[in-house]
Amino acid sequence: MHFKTRASEKLRDAKLQAALKKLQGNFVRGRAERVREMDNFEAIRDAAAAIRDHALEHLDVYLEEFERNAVERGAVVHWAETPEEVTRIVCEIARRHGVRKAVKSKSMVSEECALNEALEAAGIEVVETDLGEYILQLAREPPSHIVAPVVHKTRDEVSDLFEEKHHRPRKTDIGELTREAREMLRSHFLSAGMGITGANFVVAETGSTLIVTNEGNGRMVTTLPRVHVAITGIEKVVPTLEDVATLMRLLPPHGTGQTISNYISVTTGVKGEGDRDGPEHFHVVLVDAGRTKLIGGDLQPMLRCIRCGACMNHCPVYQSVGGHAYGWVYPGPMGSVLTPIYIGLENALDLPNAATFCNQCGVVCPVKIPLPDLMRKLREQQFERKLKPWTERAGLTLWSWAARHPAIYAMISTIGARALAWIGGKNGLIHRLPFGGGWTDGRDLPAPHGRTFRELHRRATRR
Amino acid sequence: MRVGLFVTCLVDLMRPRIGFAALKLLEAAGCEVVVPDTQTCCGQPGYNSGARAAAKTLARKVLDEFSQFEYVVAPSGSCAGMIRTHYPELFADEPAELERVKRLCDRTYELTDFLVNVARPGAVPGNLYKTITYHDSCAGLRELSIKAQPRQLLAKVPGLKLIEMEEAETCCGFGGTFAVKFGEISTHIAERKCANIAASGADAVVLGDLGCMLNIEGRLRRRGDMKTRVLHVAEVLAGENT
Repeated sequence: MHFKTRASEKLRDAKLQAALKKLQGNFVRGRAERVREMDNFEAIRDAAAAIRDHALEHLDVYLEEFERNAVERGAVVHWAETPEEVTRIVCEIARRHGVRKAVKSKSMVSEECALNEALEAAGIEVVETDLGEYILQLAREPPSHIVAPVVHKTRDEVSDLFEEKHHRPRKTDIGELTREAREMLRSHFLSAGMGITGANFVVAETGSTLIVTNEGNGRMVTTLPRVHVAITGIEKVVPTLEDVATLMRLLPPHGTGQTISNYISVTTGVKGEGDRDGPEHFHVVLVDAGRTKLIGGDLQPMLRCIRCGACMNHCPVYQSVGGHAYGWVYPGPMGSVLTPIYIGLENALDLPNAATFCNQCGVVCPVKIPLPDLMRKLREQQFERKLKPWTERAGLTLWSWAARHPAIYAMISTIGARALAWIGGKNGLIHRLPFGGGWTDGRDLPAPHGRTFRELHRRATRR
Repeated sequence: MRVGLFVTCLVDLMRPRIGFAALKLLEAAGCEVVVPDTQTCCGQPGYNSGARAAAKTLARKVLDEFSQFEYVVAPSGSCAGMIRTHYPELFADEPAELERVKRLCDRTYELTDFLVNVARPGAVPGNLYKTITYHDSCAGLRELSIKAQPRQLLAKVPGLKLIEMEEAETCCGFGGTFAVKFGEISTHIAERKCANIAASGADAVVLGDLGCMLNIEGRLRRRGDMKTRVLHVAEVLAGENT
């Protein structure tokens, strides 16, 4: 199913439409308030973009530095070129350590790899412990947002779901629902042999991985099970903890409208002698899965992304159709760039085009990714590879030919203005237009007035 | 001041009155206005559809037609934005031409921006005894920082009262070919804009771009609102809105 078909369904989904209104709260208004509180916001933003650019320009250097430091502290670093390699590596680690159950903290890279399915196929029970992801696991749905995965659901839907799956009396209070989930999850934390997390950042100078969370589940996932596996994209590396501090000025405000998140968990190596907690085995899986293709090209700025979700929160298209319409792991403007890159331009034809280019995403991006420009680059690739429908290509060829020939252009517009004015009739509104259903199904087209500016101006100056 | 008026293809075809309003405002501000009659389009439809070569050919045409003027003014943030912020990218690999492009960019203005920051007329010809609300078009706002300029000029219009609507800076859903290719989504976004306009209680919504104008007026009429007027800022300022 294409984006357009899914989007059409989503526009008619009243529950989803109600749920999407939530985006305006902490995500839009909260971010704006946090930004207003910073007196040097633009300077921090410039610094953050520069840190990310610097890391990407020296990606090999920092990744190797990370590996050296991580290994020195007892971690094992794995390099995965494809999503399949990730699942193979993680399943192998689980097998080697005799793991029967894994608890997971939120990880979008693991979604890229369909890791849960692979682990389950290998006979390992997987339990998502982020509240939103836990809800979705019960509902057997994919996340629809990278920060708030369950944003598409209303509280009532969660109440129904918990009642059905937990076999406990229905609760409607968010606090009580959360407590119930916590009670269900507690035994899993204690019995799991493996904890799986993503990483918001990978720190080269210390060999650490770092997660930013609000619920406390991440800390239990990284400390309670005897094996911890952190899976993340190679682009997440930054040189120093100082750099993390700069990026953290922006990530929580743009992600959730918070000044700072409830937890920032830095995992460095394995449990040492005298340490009271931490994993006995720490594996880091660094994932390429299409990322190196972007290095050195027009689309490299996309790798600056720190996964805050601000682009989708502020996108009029995302706000209208939600995340599932986008069809893959990453929705919204960042998804419209990443999905075609990671799964193939020909497999996501609609996405780079599904934007008004209002550039609200570009202006809110904390690391200044010019998202519309990148989508335009993908549109150019589609055009060059003849992936656009022949009707569109023919239309563009005709338009550009006419626009290069002023006399012919003038003639066409003169006829067009008259014809459309005639169709518009007395009240000047066109209700239906052949081949123009895209416009006229939901709107009238205000008709031209009958004469073009060119005609009228020529007449006036001749006089 | 010798100004080349870039009429824009949509004004030419759909609302010539806006072109004449722009002409009147520029002349009233003391400019000598020339309208090159071979002009067609800035190339944006091709540029945003991925037809880069076609867009570049048209950009070169605009460059040839308008380089001679002291200033180039368009009654559109979208077309002026195309020239100012995107032409340099189109010619990034042609250093010689890029110089000419940059000189054009520096002299190209959206109409209200030009009036406020360059021509600085003391008064404007229009009057409008109505309450209006202003829709900030995306390209003007986010590419050219057009925000205060139209409001400063509208404040000079006798009788006019401005009430700001909610989400004035949010996209109306037009997006060029997006409006047709993704008509349902586009309409959904336009509906939200129209609801905000209606909630403001204004008699008219004023804006600076034809695309938004057709989209918003089209949706307002389809939802049954035949009363709220949709006016281009040039029409209001020039008093050409009857």
